[in-house]
Amino acid sequence: MKFKAFLTAAALLAATTAASAEGPVVRIATEGAYAPWNFSGPNGKLQGFEIELADELCARMKVKCEIVAQNWDGIIPALEGRKYDAIMAAMSVTPQREKVISFSTPYAAGINGFAVLSDSPLGKLPGTGETYSLDTQEAGAKTRIDEMKVLLKGKVVGVQGATTASTFMETYFQDIADIREYKTTEEHNFDLMSGRLDAVVANATVLAAALDKPDMKGAQLAGPIFSGGVFGVIAVGLRKDDSALKAKFDDAIKAAIADGTVKRLSEKWFKVDVSPRG
Amino acid sequence: MLDLPFFLDTLSTLIGGVPLTLQLTVLSVSSGAMLAFALALMRVSGNPLLDYPARFYIFAFRGTPVLVQIYIVYYGLSQFPVLRQSMLWPFLREAYWCAVIALALNTAAYSAELIRGGLNSVAVGQIEAARALGMSRPLAFRRIILPQAFRQMLPAYSNEIILMVKSTALASTITLLEVTGLAAKLISQSYRPVEVFIGAGAIYLTINFLIARLCAALQTALSPEKRAAPAPAQSPETEAPRHG
Repeated sequence: MKFKAFLTAAALLAATTAASAEGPVVRIATEGAYAPWNFSGPNGKLQGFEIELADELCARMKVKCEIVAQNWDGIIPALEGRKYDAIMAAMSVTPQREKVISFSTPYAAGINGFAVLSDSPLGKLPGTGETYSLDTQEAGAKTRIDEMKVLLKGKVVGVQGATTASTFMETYFQDIADIREYKTTEEHNFDLMSGRLDAVVANATVLAAALDKPDMKGAQLAGPIFSGGVFGVIAVGLRKDDSALKAKFDDAIKAAIADGTVKRLSEKWFKVDVSPRG
Repeated sequence: MLDLPFFLDTLSTLIGGVPLTLQLTVLSVSSGAMLAFALALMRVSGNPLLDYPARFYIFAFRGTPVLVQIYIVYYGLSQFPVLRQSMLWPFLREAYWCAVIALALNTAAYSAELIRGGLNSVAVGQIEAARALGMSRPLAFRRIILPQAFRQMLPAYSNEIILMVKSTALASTITLLEVTGLAAKLISQSYRPVEVFIGAGAIYLTINFLIARLCAALQTALSPEKRAAPAPAQSPETEAPRHG
C-alpha cells in the first residue's frame, strides 16, 4: 500500500516536472577555466563569452539550457558518455575531433599567440603585433615561424594539453622546443611567472585577459598572432548521432552572427571581434 | 567493443611511462622510509621535544591529500621569489623533484606510524632477556628489536608501497608523463578512454602484483618458522630440514 502511494507520488512529481519545463533541457558543458571565454566568477557562477552566447542561442532554439563545468581533458569522452549534449568550451574544429564528434557552424575564429616574460631573451620575438592566417597567409606565417624556431631552440614552452595550441607546438616546434603539457592555461601561466617556462602558447584573447591581471605583471604577448590552420574555427561540439540538435544550433548561430549578437558579445568580452570570417 | 590493435598500440606507448613511474616510486619510497625511520624514533623516544614535532608532522601529512601536497610543493613554493633565487631552485624548478619530494614527505608520515607500530610490537620480555644477556641498548635495538619490528611491519608496509605506486599517477598533474600522464595524452589524441584506461590499469596491476609477491617472498624469507613447515605425513623421506 505504502509502495503504491509512493509510486503515485513519484508519477505525479514526474508529470509536474515535465509540464513545468518548456521542452527538453539541453545540457551544455564548458571548461570554466578559460577566461574570458568561460570561467567561474568570484561567486562560483560560470560566466564569460560562451556562457552569454549559450543563453542567446538557447533562447533562439527555444530550449531550456543547463550549463555544467567539466575538466578539459575529459570533455569529449563525457559528451560521448551522454553526461551532457553539447560542448561550448572554445573548442576548435579539428580533423581529429571530427572523427569522434560533430560540430555546429562556427561561432568564433581561433587566434593564438605566445606570452613570455618581458625581460627574457624571448621578449623580442619577431612579428609582435602582426597577425597571420596559417591558411591564407602561409608564406608570411612560415617566415615568422622559421625565425622563431631559431629563438625557441631548447626553450621550455607550456601549452594546455589536448588543445590546438599543443597541436601547433607539435606541428611546428616538435624537436626544437621542450613542450610541456598542463591541465589548464592558469597552471602554465603560473609556471611562466615562476620561470619554469620560457613561453606559453594559448588563445590570444585568453592570454590578453590573463596578462591584464596584476599577478602576470612582467609578462607580455610576443611574436605574431596566428589564426586558421591548426587553430581553425571554434564551434559547438555535438554527438555525431544528434543531427537534430546540430540543426538547431546551426540556425541559432547563423542568426546570432547575422544580427551582430556574436560580434557584440565578442567585443564585450575580448575587446576584439572574433566572429568567424567568410 | 575493445579495439585490440589499438589497445596493443596503446599498451606499448604506456609501457614507455613505466620507468618514470618506477623511478618516482623507488625514490620517494626509499627517501620517505629514511625520514619515516627518524620520525618513528622521535615518536618512541619518550622525549616530548622530539615526540610532538613528529606527531605534528604526521598529523599534517596524513590529514591532507597528496594532490594538495604536490600542488603546494610545485605551484606553492615557486611563488616565493626568495626560493626561486635560492640554491634549492634547480631542484624545485623540476616537476620531477617536486613530485619525488611531495610523495616522499607523504609516505614518510604513514610509514613512521607503521615503523612505530612495529617497534612497539616487540615483546618487553625479549628486550629484558637481551639486556639480561649483557647486550647494550643499541645492540639490543639492532639485533633484537629491529629485525622483529621489520618483520611485523612488512605486510602493512607492502600496502604502503602499493599505495605509493598508485599515488605517482598524481605526478601527471604537474606535467610529468608517467603512465597516467601518457594515458591522458593518448586520450586527448584518440578520444578513446576505455582502451587507454584499461591499458593503464593493467600496467599498475602488474607492477603492484609484482611488488606484493616480492614483499610476500621477503616476508617468508624473514620468517624461518613459516618456511620450515613440517613435511606432509605421506612422504616421510622428504622431511624438510628444521631451521633456526
